[in-house]
Parts: sequence; structure tokens; C-alpha cells
Amino acid sequence: MKSYSAYLLSRLGQFLLVVFIGINIAFIVTHATPIDPVEQSIAAATQFGSTSPEAIALMRQSLKELYGLEGGFGEQYLAFWRRILNGDFGPSLSAFPTPVSVLIGRALPWTIGLLVSSTLLTWLLGNLLGGLAGYYRQNRALRFAGILAMAFHPIPYYIVAFVLLILFGYLWPILPLGGGYRMNTARELSWAFVGSVALHSVLPVLSLALVGLGGWFMGMRSLVSNIVTEDYVAYAELAGVRRGRILASYVMRNALVPQVTGLAMSLGAIFNGAIITEQVFGYPGVGTLLVSAVYAGDYSLVLGITTVSIVAVSLAVLLIDLCYPLIDPRVRAR
Amino acid sequence: MTGPVLAVAGLRAYYRTSAFGVRREVRAVDDVSLSVEPNEIYGLAGESSSGKTTLIKTIANAFQPPLQVLAGSVVFDFAGKRFDIHSLAARELAAIRWKHLSYIMQGSMNVLNPVRRVRQSFIDFAFRHIGGPLPEFLDLARKHLQRLHLEPQILDAYPHQLSGGMRQRVTIALATVCQPQFIIADEPTTALDVVVQKGVLAMIHEVQRALGSSILFVTHDMAVHANLSDRLGIMYAGRLVEEGRTADLFRNPRHPYTAHLIASLPQLGDSAPKQGLAGAPPNLADPPEGCRFHPRCPRASDICRREVPFLQGASGHRVACFHATAESVA
Amino acid sequence: MGRTLLDLLRYNRQFAAGAVLLLVVIGFACLSFFSPYAPNDAYVTAPDLPPDWTYPMGTTSRGQDLFWLLSFAIRNTLLFGLAVALFSRLLALLIGLVAGYSGGLVDRALMSLNDTFIVIPLFPILVLFYFVMRDRMSWGLLALMMACLGWAYDARLIRSVAMSLRHREFTETAIFSGMSTRQILVEEHLPYVLPIVFSTTMNNINWSIGLEVTLSVLGFTDINTPTIGVLIYWANQHTALVSGIWWWIFFPVLLVVMTFIGLFLLAVSMNEYIDPRSRLGRRAP
Repeated sequence: MKSYSAYLLSRLGQFLLVVFIGINIAFIVTHATPIDPVEQSIAAATQFGSTSPEAIALMRQSLKELYGLEGGFGEQYLAFWRRILNGDFGPSLSAFPTPVSVLIGRALPWTIGLLVSSTLLTWLLGNLLGGLAGYYRQNRALRFAGILAMAFHPIPYYIVAFVLLILFGYLWPILPLGGGYRMNTARELSWAFVGSVALHSVLPVLSLALVGLGGWFMGMRSLVSNIVTEDYVAYAELAGVRRGRILASYVMRNALVPQVTGLAMSLGAIFNGAIITEQVFGYPGVGTLLVSAVYAGDYSLVLGITTVSIVAVSLAVLLIDLCYPLIDPRVRAR
Repeated sequence: MTGPVLAVAGLRAYYRTSAFGVRREVRAVDDVSLSVEPNEIYGLAGESSSGKTTLIKTIANAFQPPLQVLAGSVVFDFAGKRFDIHSLAARELAAIRWKHLSYIMQGSMNVLNPVRRVRQSFIDFAFRHIGGPLPEFLDLARKHLQRLHLEPQILDAYPHQLSGGMRQRVTIALATVCQPQFIIADEPTTALDVVVQKGVLAMIHEVQRALGSSILFVTHDMAVHANLSDRLGIMYAGRLVEEGRTADLFRNPRHPYTAHLIASLPQLGDSAPKQGLAGAPPNLADPPEGCRFHPRCPRASDICRREVPFLQGASGHRVACFHATAESVA
Repeated sequence: MGRTLLDLLRYNRQFAAGAVLLLVVIGFACLSFFSPYAPNDAYVTAPDLPPDWTYPMGTTSRGQDLFWLLSFAIRNTLLFGLAVALFSRLLALLIGLVAGYSGGLVDRALMSLNDTFIVIPLFPILVLFYFVMRDRMSWGLLALMMACLGWAYDARLIRSVAMSLRHREFTETAIFSGMSTRQILVEEHLPYVLPIVFSTTMNNINWSIGLEVTLSVLGFTDINTPTIGVLIYWANQHTALVSGIWWWIFFPVLLVVMTFIGLFLLAVSMNEYIDPRSRLGRRAP
């Protein structure tokens, strides 16, 4: 138990470090600009409508605070952190005066849903197929699956999503292309709604899965082909243990250990891919919100999304890290 | 009168590789014949790259490409039934594995599944042979451990929680729980310090006497052979060069290589400096013609360079050498 | 290293395929030096012409010959990817080697830092960067930014090579036999480090080009320099697909996918080469 709390503390420390450095990077990036961001944002935000002078003054004040342009560098830094720790990113400029946190709160569940479902699917399926491919090296079907997976893997998320959009939007429109669910469907726990949500998530999930499968497949296949040469596998084979049992309990189970680490390490990249993919399909998650925020010059929203992204991904990594000792008993002893 | 438990005849096993345009054939086991009687410990000695490990892998039918068996047979006799191990179907092979033929691996540091408790290995390896309700099986396993002076709680531990010596003993317990007729032990004490070694050797000795199994015991350590093996076979460069009762071999080593091996053992009171053999074991991808020992042999002559000496001799003491020392009388 | 590459080219089909793809793409990029048009010329040809003999890849809605425009685009994209990969090699090698060779506290501290950069999602930060830079965004700046953020994954791989080298017997033998540190690093270790640097460079180029394309398509970079992403951006702006001008999208995507797959095959076959077990597992024919 003592060693587990040591492990827990070190993972927690890493989490805090990541969040700290990440948000600092955001701060540095936003303060590296020589132009006056306040006027820029206000100009971009107010170009399409008529906003009252009071609203503009409020925006300017709020932005000045958020940008931390008041006071010296140190004060700006502290004010910045104070606001962020309170979860207060200020009002959104493009949807004034709705607070940014509310907008993010509406979009985040969609992103999380997409991420969890697609990542789980891709990770499990990729590992399963890759493990089988690594064990049954001569199997033609698995080798073919491998080539397919590897063909898609190097292609960036955007292009795959884009091509899928073309395929299913223009050439063969059988799947819905935009939004999270059919318009005018009531947002309740009914079959109509759930079904609609599922249908609308097919393309984004497919897009993410096509790119992601290859990575897990290749990693698992190479892990398994190495583990197969380990002493404990050779010993189990010498003992005549059934092949299926060796595959499951000796090979896959051991290969999963580094794959879980790999999952934690890839979450940042998967998150990137998810928000990019969302944007292509107009899926109502954080990605679409981010891009439209940039177009609208909504600084607070962009900063808010960046911050929340960093915290969310770090949190997810922390959760995976905490579950790690359950999978690898050797970690409990360290 | 029962025949030998294991009969190996004319076994030839080579490693054949082809990578990046280079083809190689490493003749790791070249025309080896030996037999092991019931209730005896047959020791196999030789330096590294003599082919010992390849030989036992082939005997256990536990090999993969690039290792291939080109000729010869390996036949086991378990309680009257004969098994040609290379021609068995997978299911028949699985049926005799562990129940009749078990294995103690070299460097048992990593032979147990690291993510499962020890008892799972016992269940995976032995339960299907012993059967019965699971709790009874585990009870049996615990009693077996106790009989071998091990704590029964070991079953609940993870492998990394045990020391190296402990893991080795658990492996021995695991290999003997089904009371097999034949056990292959591949350098079981090599990675251990001498104190632990003594304990493990004693355990192996005790287990063999209790079960009456035959053991094919492989190690380069001649002192261990002197202690444990009933009969001894010496391998050099993929061939068996001498074989006989351990006492005979130590008293009267007929092959120059054996003589050298035994002479290099430190003895109490003997302070003469030990000489190493000049040269190195041959490259088995391109071994010398004739007797493979001739480049390093003090007795080498013309015939040794041309022809391969065959294993021959009476009264159980065989040697493959054109200049073998005469057999000891009586 | 040179011999390694030649061996791979001769005996590894994946490597050869990747090399061929890449050579085709690079060859096409080099054609840009022979282009009769300057990269930003517009309305020099009739717009929206489908591919035929005069215009092998058709023309865009802005009256540009797609063939020559694409050669510029792929050239710029490749140069960008190369620039990011080179900058980030410096960081990755520095941190990876120092961590791997030093071990102990230095290693742990560097790896903590490293893991931080692996976890942090880069896309929002790059978007934020664009947001504050707007018109002042330049390619060099973007390359620098991406290099400063994208070294972490490769640093970890280099570190594990360095760690294993440090503990190998031949290192200790070399030290005991009196080789200087510089000699050891260059003569003994470099042949092991170079292949992994090679494969991580290929992967890094893929990553940076992928990110460039993504950012450009959204219009988050300097959209006046033709790159693959910028090309697709303009195609979208002119609603190319809806207007039926499919070639404006098809050819850039085709070329960039060839680049990705080519680089990927090179990296993967190099990785297989590095792992000796995959070499020995081959059956004799």
C-alpha cells in the first residue's frame, strides 16, 4: 500500500506539472504578440453586428483583464492564473455575454463522447487484430488487414476525414454529414435521440478509427512477436499449454501492459485528431467550437478551449496512470 | 526388461538462415546418438556453442525456424508406450507434455508469467493432467511444495516477489508435480550463486530418487556432473565425443577434450597452474573437415583431419577419437 | 549507415517501395524550378479546365495551371517538413542523448519534462499561436514553433537507444581499452543511433506535414504561399467540389498521400532493420 501511494503521488505530481507547463505555454504564446490583441479581437468580433458601446467597453475591460494587459508582467501573470483557477474565462465575444465556460460545457461532452467511443473501439480492435497478427504470422487475412491498417495510418486525420466527407457527402450520401443529431429531435433519453446521435457519430468515429487502428495494430503486432520469444511463453509451450490460453493469458496480457502506457502517451495526439475531425463533420464538439472561435476572433473562447484541452487530456492520462498498477503487478512493488 | 526411456538416433539439426542475401547453415547438432535409461541422471557436458542447448530443444521438439531437423529420430518410451516425438500430432504432443516429459529451463528468472500469480502457472501446466475439482488440485500443489521444503504460500505470490533461487526451486516443483518419467534440465544452476546452487542440486537429487524419473541434465559445470550425473556425455562442436558412467569418465577420460575438461577442475591441494586449450571452438557454419577437434588437439594426426571418428567402445564407455586412450580394465 | 541504406534498398521491399514513392514526389517538387509561371501568378490560364494534354492536371478557379502550381506546393510542403524535422532533431538528440547517457536524476527530470510535451495537445496551442500572430505568421516561425513542441516523442526513442548503449559490454570494453569519449561516441555508438534518427526523422516529417496541411486547410497559416494545405484551402474557398472541379482536390491529396506513405514505409522498414529479431525470424527459402 505504501508503494502505491508513492506511485499515486508521483503521477499526481506529473499531472500538475503538465497542467502548469501547458498553461504557461499558453500564456507565453498569447503574450508574445506585438500587436494589440484587444482591439484586434473587438474588431473581429463586432464586424458583423452592431454592438452597443457599453458592450464594447465591457468587452474591452474583460479582455484587458483576461489578456492581463493591466499592470506589469508579474501582475498580469498572477491575474491570468487567478482567473484560470477559478475557471472563469470571461464572456465569449462571439456569443456575448454567454460565458466561455458555458459554451465549452455544452461542447465538451460531445468531444468526450466521441473520444471515448472511438478510442476504445480503435484501441481494443487494433490490439486484438495486431496481437493475432503477431502470433499467427502466416495468416493471410491478418497480413492483409495489416497492410490496410498501415496504409491509412500515416495519413493525417484531416485528410481521411475530408476524403470520407467527399465519399459519403457527394458520392454516396447515405450518412448524415453535420451536427451531432438530427435537427429538431428532442434531447432526451429516447430511442430516436440515441439512434440519431449514434448515426451522426458513425463518420467521425470511422474517420478516427481508420487512422488510429494502424498504430495500435503495428505496435501490438511487434510487441507480440517479441513476447512470443520470451522465456515464459516458451516455457508454457514446452508444457503443452493450449494455444488459445497462451495467446490470451501469456502473450496478449503481457503485451497490453506497454499498450496501456502507449495509450496514455497518445492521448494528446488522439485528442488533436478528434477535434480536427469534428471540425470537418461539423460535429458539435470542442473542435468545431475552436475553429469558429478563431474565425470570429473570440480570444477568450480560444484561450478557454486551449486551457480546458490541456487539463482534460492531462486528467485522462492521470486516470490511466492510476489504473496501471492493476494491470502490471510489478509496479505495485516498486 | 524395459528399454531406454529416451533413444536418440543419428540426429541432425541445423540452423538455416537467409537474410539480406546471405545464406548460412549452422550445423549445431551433427549425427548424435544417445540413450537414457529409466531412473538415471544422464549428464550432458560441453562448453557454450557445443550444441547442447540445440540438442535438448530438438529432443523436446521445442524449436522453430531457422532451426530444422534434417535427419534422425527421437523416441521416448513412457510406461511401455513409444512416442516418436517429431511425428506426433499436436494433441498427442500436448497430452504427453508435462505429464510424461517436463522441462526445467535455463535461467528460470523469467519462466513464469510475470502478470499472473504462481498458482496460475500450476493450473495452466498441470491441472489438465491431474484433473478433479480445482481446490483439491491446489491442495495437492501445496502439499507438493511442502514436500520439497517450499512454503505453500508461494502459490499466491507473483514471480517478481520471489528471489532467483526461489524461482528456480518453484520451477523444479512445477516440473515435477505431475510426476513425469523424463525431465530435461537445461543449466538449472548456472545463474545461481554456489550456496543456492547446492540447495537446488540437493532438491533435484531428492526429487529424482523419490519419483524414479530420468533426468537429462545439461551443464558445462563438470563439478556438478561429478556430483549428480550417473552417466555423462561430452559434446563438442555439435557432436558427442565421449560417453560413459561418470565415475569411469573422471577416472579415465579417453578423449583428449574430456581429459582437458576434467584436468581444468580445481581440486583441493592441487596448486598446479591450469592451462587453457589453445584456439577456440570452431565456427559451426564452416566446421573443420574430419574430426572437429583436430585444430586444437595435441594428438591430432593426418587421419583426424580427413575422416570423422565414430562413437565406439564396449562396457558402456564410448569415445569418438582415433587416438583415444585405452579403456581401463575392469 | 550508407551501406545500411543500400542493403535495405536491395533486400527490403517496403523500403524500396517507400524510396520510389518519395523519389517520385521529390522529382515532381524539383520540376518547380522549371515552371513557366511564378508561384503566385493567378489568372494566367483559362479557369476550371479539366485535365487534358495541355494541362495534365487541369486548372484552378483562379486560372492557374495546377501541374506547375502543385510542384511549388509540394516543394514548399516538403521544405517545411524538412525544416521542422531538422530543428526538432537538434532538440530530440540533445535531450534524448543527455538523458540516456546521464541516467539518474538528470534522466528523471528530463523525462518528466519530455512526458509533459507528449501529453499536451498541440493543436489548440498552434491555433492559439495563429490567433495571436494572424498576419504576422510566417513559415519560419511556424516551423520553429512546431519544432519546439514536437521533439518529445523522438527524444524518448533516442534516449532508450542511448541507455542501452551505455550499458552494453562493448562500451565498457572501449572505455577500458582507453578510447576517448569522442571516439566511443562516433565510432561505436553512432552506427546504432543513426538508424533511429533516420526513422524518427521520417515520422517527424510526416507529422509536421500533416499538421501543416491541417492548419493551412483551415486557413491558419500564411495562405499566400502555395503549399498542399493552402491549395486545398483555396479549393474549398472556391467550393471546388460542389462546382465539380474535382482535380483541384484530387491531385494535391494524391501527391501528399504518396509522400506520407513513402516516408512511413521508409521509417517502418528502418525500424524493422533496427530490431534484429525480425531479421533472424526469416525462414530459409
